[in-house]
Amino acid sequence: MPSEMTANTPALPPTVSLEALAGASDETGFSHRRAARRRPRGPAALLTSGMLWLYAAVAAMPLLTMVLNSFRTNNELATDPLGLPADPSLAAYQEAWIEASFSTYFVNSIVVTVASVLLSTVVSLLAAYALARSRSRLLAVVEQVFISGLMMPVFLMIVPIFYLMDSLSLVSTRTGLILVYAAVSIPFSVFVLTTFFRQLPAELEEAACIDGAGPLRLFWSVMLPLVRPAVATVIVFRFVPIWNDFFYPLILIRDRTKYTLPVGLTTFFGEYQTSWATLFAGLVIATVPLVVLFLAATRQIITGLTAGMGK
Amino acid sequence: MVTAFTYSLSSWRGTTQEEFVGLGNFIHLFTTEPYRTQVPRAFGHNMLLFAGAMVVQNSLGLFLATVLHRRERFKRLFQVLYTMPYLVSPLVIGYLWSLLLSPLFGPVNAALRAVGLDSLALPWLGDPSTALWVVVLVTAWQWVGFPLLVYGAALGGLDPSLDEAAELDGATARQRFFHVTLPLLTPVIGTVSVLTFIGAMESFPIPYALGGSTGSPAGATDVMSLLFYRTAFQSGSSNAIGTSSAIAILLFLIIFGFSVLFTRWFRRTEKRLF
Repeated sequence: MPSEMTANTPALPPTVSLEALAGASDETGFSHRRAARRRPRGPAALLTSGMLWLYAAVAAMPLLTMVLNSFRTNNELATDPLGLPADPSLAAYQEAWIEASFSTYFVNSIVVTVASVLLSTVVSLLAAYALARSRSRLLAVVEQVFISGLMMPVFLMIVPIFYLMDSLSLVSTRTGLILVYAAVSIPFSVFVLTTFFRQLPAELEEAACIDGAGPLRLFWSVMLPLVRPAVATVIVFRFVPIWNDFFYPLILIRDRTKYTLPVGLTTFFGEYQTSWATLFAGLVIATVPLVVLFLAATRQIITGLTAGMGK
Repeated sequence: MVTAFTYSLSSWRGTTQEEFVGLGNFIHLFTTEPYRTQVPRAFGHNMLLFAGAMVVQNSLGLFLATVLHRRERFKRLFQVLYTMPYLVSPLVIGYLWSLLLSPLFGPVNAALRAVGLDSLALPWLGDPSTALWVVVLVTAWQWVGFPLLVYGAALGGLDPSLDEAAELDGATARQRFFHVTLPLLTPVIGTVSVLTFIGAMESFPIPYALGGSTGSPAGATDVMSLLFYRTAFQSGSSNAIGTSSAIAILLFLIIFGFSVLFTRWFRRTEKRLF
């Protein structure tokens, strides 16, 4: 790294640029490429920059429009589709939240998502620890059964799940939905957590055992703090699809007061067809929690998305 | 899964399983209306979704990842911007585009008129000949962030000395990309392709939001998952469970079969290259 850098920055004494580099390097670890920006930028570079900005506009404009239009009124939208909110109003949000019962959908979504993620994470943590630390053949088979759930196509499961829920009288209940989501989350969570537990050295547990820790204390005070990053990844990675899912509630929930946001959106789009600003506001409400989550856990999302992909 | 298999092999009266009919439900899918026309049509649309995703989404993702890999300025900002649609619910994305493309007040058509392209200001979603392309493009627009991140990570993991060696040997940037970088990325391209295929075959929320459960206009946006949903939960046919389970099994076999074929093909290509 130093040789490459000095080659590209001859004007600066090596010590100075080393410091500058250390200060500037970000967590992505691509600091050695920083030197490249000092090269003169030709027309080709300008062209690629232009294309990057163009696509950034293509990617961001629709979402920006969604947010901006939610602060406008139907009248403004009809007369000037491209305008900015002249007089930002929250009327659309009020209508979506109160009249279109988004408050109910929102609470349902939060309850269902949080409860199912918690339930599946706790179950998976306990299962993964046992699976990772056991040498029994039987448990190896059990692990395969857990993991095979990853390959289960949702369309194959839904009809049997529906009749199972029906026989337990759990159709149209939040409990039923929570249990289904927790169940379909377990394969992924067990898979990630088992891999993570296996990487932890057994010496830690041995040391804790010698110090007199029982199995529970060992799990709670030694192992749990160590797997925290994996737990964060699992939580984020189950939260997003469950929050966004609308297939299960579409089929399993028949009662409007139990709808989650995505199914709520489908009926809402049927009923409020002409109240465009309200529709935009509804879309924003369904998206905001994800934005919050994204801001809170960008790193987990990026690493999780690419986990196991880079060779 | 076993339950679904037995469902698909039985005849049903409402919710009671009647008798074992073997492949009867599958034969029913291919010989009686409306399935005889709807199954191949929906499957064709799924394949087009896959082809569109491969061409638009994955090439664009690879291109953007390659360009971003070489730059520093605003790299993070671009990554976040490009990945944003991917994190929003596909249902929200579908509805958002249905609003944006609305012929009444849609900003897209208004923008086209504003720059003088009046002839392009069409009811994109109302016309059967363009509706499916809207589904393809909206899906690709949402998913670009996925190949972008995966290829970005893979490019970061490549050994830069290979590229430098080729540069010293006088290879142009284009040659280096096609003869050094691309072959090295083959395994990742394979993974992305298989995941894209599964995604395209199981695509449900975006077509649902853009065309409703019947794939309007006139079935132009119908896909396998919508057909399954209609058959299982909206058809009211007494054998709904048998027929819909047969559709689900068919879909599963297609996904499984193609994924295995793809994986094999990419492994062979990999071996041939190295």
